[in-house]
Amino acid sequence: MNGPKAQESNPSKPASKNPDLLLPTSNFSLKTLKLKTKQQELLIRVSILCLVYVLAFITRLFSVLRYESMIHEFDPYFNYRTTLFLTEKGFYEFWNWFDSESWYPLGRIIGGTLYPGLMVTAALIYWTLRFLRFMVHIREVCVLTAPFFASNTTLVAYFFGKEIWDSGAGLVAAALIAICPGYISRSVAGSYDNEGVAIFALLLTFYLFVRAVNTGSLAWALASAFGYFYMVSAWGGYVFIINLIPLYVLVLLITGRYSMRLYVAYNCMYVLGMLLAMQIRFVGFQHVQSGEHMAAMGVFFLIQVFYFLNWVKHLLSDAKLFEIFLRITVTGAVGLGAIALGVGSASGYISPWTGRFYSLLDPTYAKDHIPIIASVSEHQPTAWSSFMFDFHFLLFLFPAGLYFCFKRLSDATIFIVMYGLTSMYFAGVMVRLILVATPAVCLISAIATSATIKNLTSLLKSKSKVTLSGSSRGSASSKASSKALLDYSLPFQKNAAIALLVGAFYLLSRYVTHCTWVTSEAYSSPSIVLAARGAHGNRVIFDDYREAYFWLRQNTPPDSKVMSWWDYGYQITAMGNRTVIVDNNTWNNTHIATVGRAMASYEDEAYEIMQSLDVDYVLVVFGGVTGYSSDDINKFLWMVRIGGGVFPVIKEPDYLVNGEYRVDKGASPKLLNCLMYKLCYYRFGELRTEYGKPPGYDRARSVEIGNKDIKLEYLEEAFTTSNWIVRIYKVKPPNNRW
Amino acid sequence: MASSQVWQRDALALSLIVVLTLLRSSVALSQPDLQIVDAERRIDLTSHIIKVFLTLKVKNTGTSSASQVLLAFPPYQVDNLALLKAAASVGKKKKKYPSLDVNPKFPDGPNGTKYFAIDLLKPLGSGESSTVEILYILTHLLEPFPAEISQSEHQLVYFRDSAVILSPYHINQQTTFLKLPSREVESYTIIEPTKLAGLELKYGPYEDRVPHSFSPIIVHFENDNHFAVVEELVREVEISHWGSVQVTEHYKLAHAGARHKGVFSRLEYQGRPSASGASSFQQLLARLPPKVHSVYFRDNIGNISSSHLRVDSRKSELEIEPRYPLFGGWKATFIIGYKLPLEDFLYESPDGRRYLNFTFGCPLIETSVDKLTIKVSLPEGSKDPSLVAPFPVKQHLETSYSYLDVVGRTVVVLQKENVVPDHNLPFQVYYKFNPIFMLAEPLMLVSTFFLLFAACIAYLHIDLSIRKDKTS
Repeated sequence: MNGPKAQESNPSKPASKNPDLLLPTSNFSLKTLKLKTKQQELLIRVSILCLVYVLAFITRLFSVLRYESMIHEFDPYFNYRTTLFLTEKGFYEFWNWFDSESWYPLGRIIGGTLYPGLMVTAALIYWTLRFLRFMVHIREVCVLTAPFFASNTTLVAYFFGKEIWDSGAGLVAAALIAICPGYISRSVAGSYDNEGVAIFALLLTFYLFVRAVNTGSLAWALASAFGYFYMVSAWGGYVFIINLIPLYVLVLLITGRYSMRLYVAYNCMYVLGMLLAMQIRFVGFQHVQSGEHMAAMGVFFLIQVFYFLNWVKHLLSDAKLFEIFLRITVTGAVGLGAIALGVGSASGYISPWTGRFYSLLDPTYAKDHIPIIASVSEHQPTAWSSFMFDFHFLLFLFPAGLYFCFKRLSDATIFIVMYGLTSMYFAGVMVRLILVATPAVCLISAIATSATIKNLTSLLKSKSKVTLSGSSRGSASSKASSKALLDYSLPFQKNAAIALLVGAFYLLSRYVTHCTWVTSEAYSSPSIVLAARGAHGNRVIFDDYREAYFWLRQNTPPDSKVMSWWDYGYQITAMGNRTVIVDNNTWNNTHIATVGRAMASYEDEAYEIMQSLDVDYVLVVFGGVTGYSSDDINKFLWMVRIGGGVFPVIKEPDYLVNGEYRVDKGASPKLLNCLMYKLCYYRFGELRTEYGKPPGYDRARSVEIGNKDIKLEYLEEAFTTSNWIVRIYKVKPPNNRW
Repeated sequence: MASSQVWQRDALALSLIVVLTLLRSSVALSQPDLQIVDAERRIDLTSHIIKVFLTLKVKNTGTSSASQVLLAFPPYQVDNLALLKAAASVGKKKKKYPSLDVNPKFPDGPNGTKYFAIDLLKPLGSGESSTVEILYILTHLLEPFPAEISQSEHQLVYFRDSAVILSPYHINQQTTFLKLPSREVESYTIIEPTKLAGLELKYGPYEDRVPHSFSPIIVHFENDNHFAVVEELVREVEISHWGSVQVTEHYKLAHAGARHKGVFSRLEYQGRPSASGASSFQQLLARLPPKVHSVYFRDNIGNISSSHLRVDSRKSELEIEPRYPLFGGWKATFIIGYKLPLEDFLYESPDGRRYLNFTFGCPLIETSVDKLTIKVSLPEGSKDPSLVAPFPVKQHLETSYSYLDVVGRTVVVLQKENVVPDHNLPFQVYYKFNPIFMLAEPLMLVSTFFLLFAACIAYLHIDLSIRKDKTS
């Protein structure tokens, strides 16, 4: 299956030679300076790649220009904090880090519960730059890591496209992925998260593996194993690779495309990749012990059986005898595998699939069983609109690309088809997995775009050549001339081709406009600083989060324990430098449920829970003054659900009125007196938020609140930010008994 | 044996020192012939930086001429003495104030009294008199009482001093005026004659007080002024001969007044600004040099968006707001950075050296700095740095690395404790610099790119493969 690739690069040469010949050649000195066709092509290709590389970087800088060079969202703050620790204390300390500042009083073994790839990458970049005497701050490195890797991804996309189709498709793929919103959403400057690096690693692993399958070279397989190692070190999404590649191998086996190249590539990649991945503490022995990784092992054994059978077939000349042998071997192997799997899972050696994995296969699973996963907005099933938003017209090019792939089936195209289809399914299950599908969609769309444009231009060119060089220059390929002959039979073909080309370029330009608009409007907000339009059209900035976190950092005792909903845990530890009870690493459901229970209880009950957890401060996020809707009151039902999942005392219907969640006078009495409600609305009833509305008018929910006379007995207001978005309360010490 | 000999020698030296000091002290104290005819003291208590203006009319009643006048301070004041300046008052109609040298004088007097000696312009002959104007500044001497206040309360402070001036001389007549920030005075010690009129509290006139007399007073009054104290300030001044001076200032600011107690209510703070948090402050003003540009205001978690800059031809004013209002005991750290044009600060001295002429002190107005460090990092390749400062400062040299530095920059570090706005005086750092070093970094970059392109060209033209490709 190597053939088409090698042939494909040839036709472009005579085609691009033509301008060379048509140019005036009167000036001798100019002619000697002129580049050869191959060099011209290289120059154009390299400059396009450079431009795409730069474009991918700068299009992600909107947030830096709009706001500042800062870390975004929630998880990146944890990554930033750990990177800071790594650069200050060194790798050994980082690897052995027990963090007592989170999950109080349990703590968290950071070195053993994170994917260190991102932090190590950023630290390496930082150390290299420092060594070269570029005295940058680690924050700048972290902010720009994701755009930098996005740029690198475009290069990988180019080589991948070149591998599966031709260099034209590679260039288009690089250009498409550089600005595709689905990828930008996770890789803007400041979005310092695992995915920023992981998509690069994912695509690199796939590319190297396909390359290894195409060449059968041990070196490429080795490189792909290292790519896989990098991916495992960077993101939990490596499970996708370790399941997709075996699936791909299986499909090749079934379709009879088994070859020595495949054997070498898969064995080397799997065995080495597995051994390397075991070096990551968080992954450990999962490759041999967890159900999610068993498919890869099964395929590994299957391919050995295949190899063995081929060998036996080679030895045995008798077909009948071989058939018998085949039957025995296959039955034996399958039986043995099934028994091993059965015994393994029954004895508990092989762990069953995790809830997260189940929720991928069954989209409704999380909703019923794991509310903590279902409560995260990026884990929701994807709406059609967000597909359109993230892919734009690639969504239509995708099926067209699949058609082209099927038309020219090879090992490589089979891979990209499988990658595209599986990742599309996952993208439909969870919003955040659109990210994984993006490279595949871009590559397949690039094939469609490139192939279409190539066909259309060759159509145009062959025709013009016929009219121009009918007399002398007969050096045109026979293919072109045969097409030219065909053209005479279709008179409007040229016009149609021009129209189609114009249409294609129009759509591509629309894509570019859309991507830029989406990037600037939707994906470049740091979410830690909120911006709104003021009454006079001026930009108003709400910097309340940092105000509160900095207040905590400066004006509370260094060993204070802060209780808040888990969303803000990472930010409090990173920016406020204070110990938190729960954070975004949701590893202990009971602990989170305890906090949820405290928030949903009456103040005296909550006080007991807070005393048992040694809480000093409680932090709530409240949007009633500014109209900020993703605040704790709107998240409250999830707290109730998660709390109720562990503590049956908390019942969701208690907080609803006829199944409706409301905070005004008609709200349920339990809600009106629970801790969260009291802390959010404390003294809010005296505040006039909007002209012409009664005091205590909640702008986020557009109602007048139901309980305006809130008295706090066990807590006192310690700090409220200037727009009331973050409110911090101090837990009073117990009363003296005497 | 050797050790005992050493000990003996030490003892000898020690006894010698003791004798010498006794001798010196007898010299110092054998000047009872100076007398203060008239003394007036004005103490400005309006802010947390206490300024004392003292006018002494000294008369030599003895026989020998006197060249020094001694000032006495109780020990607690010396610890918080930020600045002490003296000037002679010369001329009848057109008065001139040539400044005089002031030096600490040992040994201490009774009860730990510390002395400072003022060197007069010319020795005071027998029977002559002279007028000396003294300014001294004290910090951290207003003690909040109650030490903790809630949001709605006003800040009350104690001021302790003596109604009569502590002096080693006989004072014939003296008066003390205390300027208070508000009419709300809780209490004050009465040592007749004492009079409170408006914002002024007057002690005296007292007559014929013997040397070292002391009559303690306590004034308890309302002071809602902003007790903005910078606990630590590090100013980094980086000179680039390419045309700019980059200044980065790291502040650790604290409200040093009465500690905030209990609830902070944003509703009260926003709704009734006059009745709530009277002693808290939100805004600070920094006076920066003119033509300042590229100003930023941030802290270690990011940019702080509340600042305004007004630039005109004579000065620039930067109005900054920390992230939250500062109540008593609250702290805020932040960084201010700006760039200045080089030609306003760097000069060439006649001997070919260059010197930076920059202002000492803290640009924030009305603040005192407990510990100030100024780091002047000279361009790479500069030699022989030397410092000229208007008052004694601790100094040492460091090496720092900035962008593309190979050997590192020499950094002149200046340190001073207890700095008040009156310390904002120019200082100079002289150094030798060869302009050829300016080209080092650009040349480095150019050669790197040259090598990169050369390597690319070489890679494209040289076939490195061992085995020749079969197809070619």
